[in-house]
Amino acid sequence: MTPVIRRRTPEELLLQAQAEEARETRGRLKIFLGYASGVGKSFRMLDEGRRRAERGQDVVVGSIQLPASPDVETLLKRLEVIPLRSLGGVEVMDMPTILKRHPRVCLVDGLAWDNPPGSMNPSRWQDVRQLLDSDIAVIASINIQYISELQSQVEKITGKHVAQTVPQSFLYGADEIVVVDAPPEMCLDHSGHGIAGDQGKLARQLSELREIALLFAADVVDHQLESYLKQNGIAASFGTQERILVCITPRTSAKAMIDSGKRNADRFHGELIVAHVRQGQLDPEDRAALDRNLEMAHNAGADVEILEGDDPIEAILEFAHERGVTQVFVGHGLESKWWHRWTGGPVGRLIRGAQGIDVRVFPQ
Amino acid sequence: MTPPAPGKLKIYMGYAAGVGKTYQMLDDAQELLRQGRDIVVGYFEPHGRADTIAKTEGLEFVPRRRVEYRGSVFEEMDTDAILARHPEVCVVDEFPHTNVPGSARTKRWEDVTALLDAGINVLTTMNIQHLESLNDQVWQISGVRVRETIPDWVVKQADQVVMVDVTPGALVNRLLRGVVYSAEKSKTALENFFQESTLGALRELAMRQVAHESESHHAEPHRVESGGAPARSSWAEKRGDPAGDRKPAAPAVSPTGRQERILILVTADPSSAMVIRRAKRVADYLHADCMAVAIQRSTGGNRVAVPDREAIERHLNFARNLHIDARLLDADAAGDDPAKAVVEFARVNGVTQLFLARPQAAGLAGILKAGIEQRIVWLGRDMQVTIVADRTRG
Repeated sequence: MTPVIRRRTPEELLLQAQAEEARETRGRLKIFLGYASGVGKSFRMLDEGRRRAERGQDVVVGSIQLPASPDVETLLKRLEVIPLRSLGGVEVMDMPTILKRHPRVCLVDGLAWDNPPGSMNPSRWQDVRQLLDSDIAVIASINIQYISELQSQVEKITGKHVAQTVPQSFLYGADEIVVVDAPPEMCLDHSGHGIAGDQGKLARQLSELREIALLFAADVVDHQLESYLKQNGIAASFGTQERILVCITPRTSAKAMIDSGKRNADRFHGELIVAHVRQGQLDPEDRAALDRNLEMAHNAGADVEILEGDDPIEAILEFAHERGVTQVFVGHGLESKWWHRWTGGPVGRLIRGAQGIDVRVFPQ
Repeated sequence: MTPPAPGKLKIYMGYAAGVGKTYQMLDDAQELLRQGRDIVVGYFEPHGRADTIAKTEGLEFVPRRRVEYRGSVFEEMDTDAILARHPEVCVVDEFPHTNVPGSARTKRWEDVTALLDAGINVLTTMNIQHLESLNDQVWQISGVRVRETIPDWVVKQADQVVMVDVTPGALVNRLLRGVVYSAEKSKTALENFFQESTLGALRELAMRQVAHESESHHAEPHRVESGGAPARSSWAEKRGDPAGDRKPAAPAVSPTGRQERILILVTADPSSAMVIRRAKRVADYLHADCMAVAIQRSTGGNRVAVPDREAIERHLNFARNLHIDARLLDADAAGDDPAKAVVEFARVNGVTQLFLARPQAAGLAGILKAGIEQRIVWLGRDMQVTIVADRTRG
């Protein structure tokens, strides 16, 4: 679908103004995201620092995880390092020195580390926020196992609990995020804890973590894309992520439709939305049937929406286009006799109006 | 003599020129060389990028083959020479490349398959926009109809697919600094493919695809909710999917415990290609069986016109290239009713989902006469029918 450039709403203009303002007074944050130690996050971070320094930017290393690999050691020798300082026996980033030195770019490893009492901020990612507020750009690296919201998912795979984490919102707020990807085998080589018999299991775990990292990054990119389009007043839906909209009434065979919608959404790692268009008063029997269907949708983890509108097809189409839906599921019984005249029946109208959206008609 | 074990394929996946796919591939090649592996470069496209060219230092090159075509000389990968040299690992840039007419194989991916079959491991590069099943979405996103595509099953054969990522901002910077293209080409690129929103969308597609490839490597067979394990369909076995041989996919089971089967209706209309791509993509993600039929009417005045027959044959072949069992079905048995023939065929073969194109804009004729699509939706009201959107721009 061609992006339509239209007049921007006041809300969008405000968003853009805020973004521009933030760009002027705040340092930019770039994050390298990896799925395990050994993929090369720190290397990529330092390598970018080196390239920027060579292009004349004022770059310092604020913190780096040690011991470092030989590659990382080599890069470190070519960069200015502000050593960590010890506070009550804990190594922390030397915030006072960095702020005083005020480089243009600061490289920060180990975002999830907590700082001991008496520090400027409770944890390192908050230190980073302070650096950004002081107009210092930050390039950081993080492993997905340290993202709060991914914890339970990661724990299920690794069986390890991580106490110190960074909230997901911090990563969503980054100006740029880059996935550092490598085949699981590479991390096995580097991790050193690959006991011979466990290699297969470990490789499988790494592969699962890798998938989480890629999907997380895709979600961040999707989010950035959406705000970019909004800020620039571009109404477009690219269908980069599958979004499935299941339309239910009291009479649809909701179970089959919701089950199928959930399976599709799961397999595509997409979103499941279940919607009902409210129309007038329902008799008690229909009311109860609808409530059961909506309950089922909730249990399937769907985003449940009640739409308003005199014309249900219009309401569904408007909602679907606004939310970037890629597939609409409807029941056959949405109408009667529509098959005689494709043009007149509701399902036919839905199909014709669903620009860029697949329509799946379910048996009743 | 027993054939050698097939070589392993590693794909460096990007989302645009200049993200650093070739650079990273060569970096890995250098590492393999340091480890003392027998590695050669079968094909390398320098694009005049100094840092990438520097990465080839010390690597052995198999000279390209010179091919004359219509008075011009082209250089292609010399697959025979590589097979004769038989290294342990071969570096092959630009996986989706189409060879000059007259070459032994039409596509570079076919050359790569020959190397793999001979037991040579291959490292190669591609961008997400060249994946066949995403062709329509890429068109929708970028306005570019990509002609050089790779069937999804070829990519699925890879043992590793690695995402080569940079931010669109960094990529645009590289372009402006003239790292990727010449100044003039950069200007055109920035106005077209290299818009930030286009790059962002392609990047997201690439990440999701690589995640999907990673998942299919470790996914457990889908558990059967009820009714025991369904038998693998006969047509899935018959089509001899090489991807299926290497990685048995978990069968998809509908909520009722039935094996999911997708049937595509192929017609002479160009939209058939779109329906085939979309249906195959859905089938792959759901691990469902997938087949296609076109209807042939042989009686009297209803005979299909020759150009239409040719278009249908083209579409069926396109489906076959994507490893879909595609057949021509005679409508005679169903009383010369094409819609009835499709639905009966679907029912007999246990199809759970039918995929059709959007009906043509209904003019007066559409109102007076229901098209085959609406007839199928009505006759097949005991199964799911998906009407595939026209993913065009504007």
